[in-house]
Amino acid sequence: MRRISYAFLAVGVLFAAGCEKKSTPAVSDAGATGQPAAVGNAPPVDSNTILIGEVGALTGSQATFGISTQNGIALAIKEANAAGGVNGKQIAIRVYDSQSKPEEAGNAALRLITQDNVRLILGDVASSNSLAMAEKAQGNKVPMITPSSTNTTVTEKGDYIFRVCFIDPFQGFVMAKFAKENLKLNKVAVLRDTKSAYSMGLADVFARKFTEMGGKIVGNESYQQGDSDFRAQLTALKNQKPEGIYLPGYYSEVGVIARQARELGLTVPLMGGDGWDSEKLFELGGSAVEGHYFSNHYSPEDPSPRVQKFIADYKATHGGVPDSLAALGYDAAKVAVEALKRAKDSSPEALRDAIAQTRDYPGVTGTITLNDQRNAVKPAVVLKVGDGKYEYVTTVSP
Amino acid sequence: MAQFLQHLINGIAAGTIYALVALGYTMVYGVLKLINFAHGDVMMVGVYLGYATAVQLGRANQSSFLGVTAVFLAAMLGCALIGFLIERFAYRPLREKPRLTALITAIGISFALSYGFQLDVGPLPGAAPRAFPEIIRPTEWFIIGDRAVVIWNWQVISLLIAVGLMVGLQFLVYRTRFGRAMRAVSFDHRIAALMGIPTDRIIALTFMLGSALAAGAGLLYAIKDTAIQPLMGLYVGLKAFVAAVIGGIGHVPGAVIGALLLGLVEEFVVGYTASSWRDAVAFGFLIVVLLVKPEGLFGRVTAEKV
Amino acid sequence: METAAVPARAGVPPMLRGILPVLLALAVLSLAEWAFGGWPFFVYLSSIVGVAIIAAVSLNIVNGMTGQFSIGHAGFMAVGAFVAGRFSLDFHDVGLSGVPVGFSDQLFFVLALLLGGLAAAACGFIVGLPSLRLRGDYLAIVTLGFGEIIRVIVQNTDAFGRALGLSGIPQRSSLFMVGFWVFLTVLTARRIASSSHGRSLWAIREDEIAAEAMGVNTTAYKVRSFVISSFFAGIAGGLFAHFVPIINPGSFTFVRSMEIVVMIVAGGLGSTTGAIIAAIALTLLPEAMRTVFTQLSGGDASLAQKVDQIRMPIYGLLLVVLMLVRPQGLFGTRELWDLLPRWFPRRRKGVA
Repeated sequence: MRRISYAFLAVGVLFAAGCEKKSTPAVSDAGATGQPAAVGNAPPVDSNTILIGEVGALTGSQATFGISTQNGIALAIKEANAAGGVNGKQIAIRVYDSQSKPEEAGNAALRLITQDNVRLILGDVASSNSLAMAEKAQGNKVPMITPSSTNTTVTEKGDYIFRVCFIDPFQGFVMAKFAKENLKLNKVAVLRDTKSAYSMGLADVFARKFTEMGGKIVGNESYQQGDSDFRAQLTALKNQKPEGIYLPGYYSEVGVIARQARELGLTVPLMGGDGWDSEKLFELGGSAVEGHYFSNHYSPEDPSPRVQKFIADYKATHGGVPDSLAALGYDAAKVAVEALKRAKDSSPEALRDAIAQTRDYPGVTGTITLNDQRNAVKPAVVLKVGDGKYEYVTTVSP
Repeated sequence: MAQFLQHLINGIAAGTIYALVALGYTMVYGVLKLINFAHGDVMMVGVYLGYATAVQLGRANQSSFLGVTAVFLAAMLGCALIGFLIERFAYRPLREKPRLTALITAIGISFALSYGFQLDVGPLPGAAPRAFPEIIRPTEWFIIGDRAVVIWNWQVISLLIAVGLMVGLQFLVYRTRFGRAMRAVSFDHRIAALMGIPTDRIIALTFMLGSALAAGAGLLYAIKDTAIQPLMGLYVGLKAFVAAVIGGIGHVPGAVIGALLLGLVEEFVVGYTASSWRDAVAFGFLIVVLLVKPEGLFGRVTAEKV
Repeated sequence: METAAVPARAGVPPMLRGILPVLLALAVLSLAEWAFGGWPFFVYLSSIVGVAIIAAVSLNIVNGMTGQFSIGHAGFMAVGAFVAGRFSLDFHDVGLSGVPVGFSDQLFFVLALLLGGLAAAACGFIVGLPSLRLRGDYLAIVTLGFGEIIRVIVQNTDAFGRALGLSGIPQRSSLFMVGFWVFLTVLTARRIASSSHGRSLWAIREDEIAAEAMGVNTTAYKVRSFVISSFFAGIAGGLFAHFVPIINPGSFTFVRSMEIVVMIVAGGLGSTTGAIIAAIALTLLPEAMRTVFTQLSGGDASLAQKVDQIRMPIYGLLLVVLMLVRPQGLFGTRELWDLLPRWFPRRRKGVA
């Protein structure tokens, strides 16, 4: 009997711990007056700190992407703080794990908004998670910037939701144009990842644009994130004799697919999107990934000093060449910091307007201008995978 | 025709891996009547042990005969030890308790391993996938036409190993003292204990054997598909379990044949129909088998004890 | 079985006995809604807990009371979530004339929930009828396969949004609505447990052959309890879809099913109150760990990242420890009131 009452005590404590600090119902009010709620164990928010939140997939199937993004954001915040912060105030960041699940992303966003009273939220990578966050951010009127969710619906949630990356339709168009005009391909097959909305969206746009340009889609196969055997799909595609394969997936599978394609004697060029970008691609794909093309947000070969400085700094802090997710995380955080500096006052409306007014911000991933749909309008680059590095091929502007 | 042949080869290669993992499942189930959900994750740990050993050996040594042996030995012995520890400290105390309890423990261990390995603290590898070193240099053994059909050395090696292990296990279970003890424990471990069979030792050994098998299977899997990551065990474990049930769980050749069938079914679904329906067809196949022949293709009908 | 039967409450008129708990619940829930409705994080967390309770208590009817072993509960939740979500999306703008908009919305919400629940129940019937004839672990395997098949169907159906899932579902759920369904689920589970129907289920759990010998139509009883359980799982999914802004197949995986199984085993198979308490505790545990770890780590982001990642392995280890220390679960098959101290006014054991 006694044991049982201990169990109850434990549950009670859990509940208390789980939703402590719930005594700040009027969040936006507190934010509006610039008075962080004075609660017992509030985060280290004092007049000299600005707290921003981040939701990222740190565990689960998208963990690698979430961690890259987090590294980029952390670097940006560190630099901003070293440069004096925002109007003399240091920036603190609170990171919660979305476990690669939308309900956890929504939960984490709500917690950041209502419990931690953050000024702004960054995250997540996967569009489905960002959609869950966007609903909460928009509902509570807290600005949110997603670094890398390219699905169009995310920013359609409302006027508090922004992104610093381009959107799926543009990226699909870029590769269709490149395949038709630069590579002069006429028969292309598509291999997509049915578990990823990103891959599904890109594949659809590519197929549509490529057909409009007079090309022909000769094969359509799919796989699922986490698979490691793609021989069945590749064997089926090989039979269609395509001149190229559009493969808008993530590097974790692309490297393996490239290897198995070569193993089966499929030597046509593979083409993909920004999900390819990772140092891991070389490790996973070995020599099999060389000679394939993908569209990306930036080229690590870009000689401009700000890109080279970012790469050098990132290598120093986290080791390794930053992938595009890290670069986008970095840019998202930098855009946020700039907006915090420019905001007239500390109200969410002022911050929202400041972000919306981002024009020609010189980011690592290109010059960022936010349009009326709160999407970044910027050119994409096409890179060729070389021996341990990416070779710049061309730039396609919107 | 060439396409069909290539699909056949791919399917058998995929089924071979399921078969090796399924063998461990079936053995443990046969003795303990426990669905060891952590089996796939033990396999994953074995793969990482092999990976670490291969990296330690370096590029030059890892593909020599001794190097490959060292990689396999490290992974299999390491996993046998892990299997022993799991059995001793997580399952044995629960043996007289309802079966569900042990199942929950298995799930707990599965979570702890697969999520624990996603941390990059200390020696843990982190979530990012890694390329498994080519410890068996891939060589094309058989080619038809202009690479219309390709068979690789590791595909043949894996299949030979799977069949060899199946025969070996069959011999072990039906022709040795240890096997007889295993079957006795499987039949009724209390009575087996009364007959003087050291049940604890038999169960522990079965577990270690199953875990070592999982490690070996994992390494062949890693050689075949080249990429490894902490969640790999979950998925393969599930498929292998399905294969074991199709073949009749507890039945050694049944597990191998069920796995080969599953591999082929998946391959042909992807190759000739809509590839996105693969998993639905795989599980649908399982359900159909269970409805038509509930004990699995080769399982025996066991009389319910009253 | 030492299950407390529904007590004959002294002093309550017989005709009120059935309706009294409902009235009481309505009052309490309205009060809760009034008091806590303004705290979004609390509402969200409570809703997640509520869904977990519905899922756990309903699964307990099959796994705990009937002694079967289903591990595809998340699949039924998915059916409910996607059917209800699709319905609400399609009838987003439709309202009843002559009643306030809010009322009409709630009416449609309940309709969506019921549709989701019925769809899940229908699936439960289709899955249960053939597999419940079999013995042993086969139900487990079939339900597991069912969960995967549902995922693949959603991924291949445009109406369900494929990989992205459904977003923009009107967020009509409230503390009151979740609470009310939790109440209904618990009430149903308790009524079943103490009815003659429940006795038959207990008999099947204890010894299926003996139960059959006593004239219990085991298959019929098993299928019935499975269908009821699926219905409430569908309701749980439907509720989930109306407070989580986006549902996609990733929320209803095999891991989710396992979490629910863990809840009922931790609480004690067959104990409804045990399932409730375990559902609350296990849902809040990761969140509580987050609080503790955030405190420990201060504001350091990289450290915070590490500790947030550490939660899942710890969760796994806690399960192992719990099973080793208390393998019968928190309560065994007993209920909360069987364990209250002696001085506490006991419920009288009545005749079932």
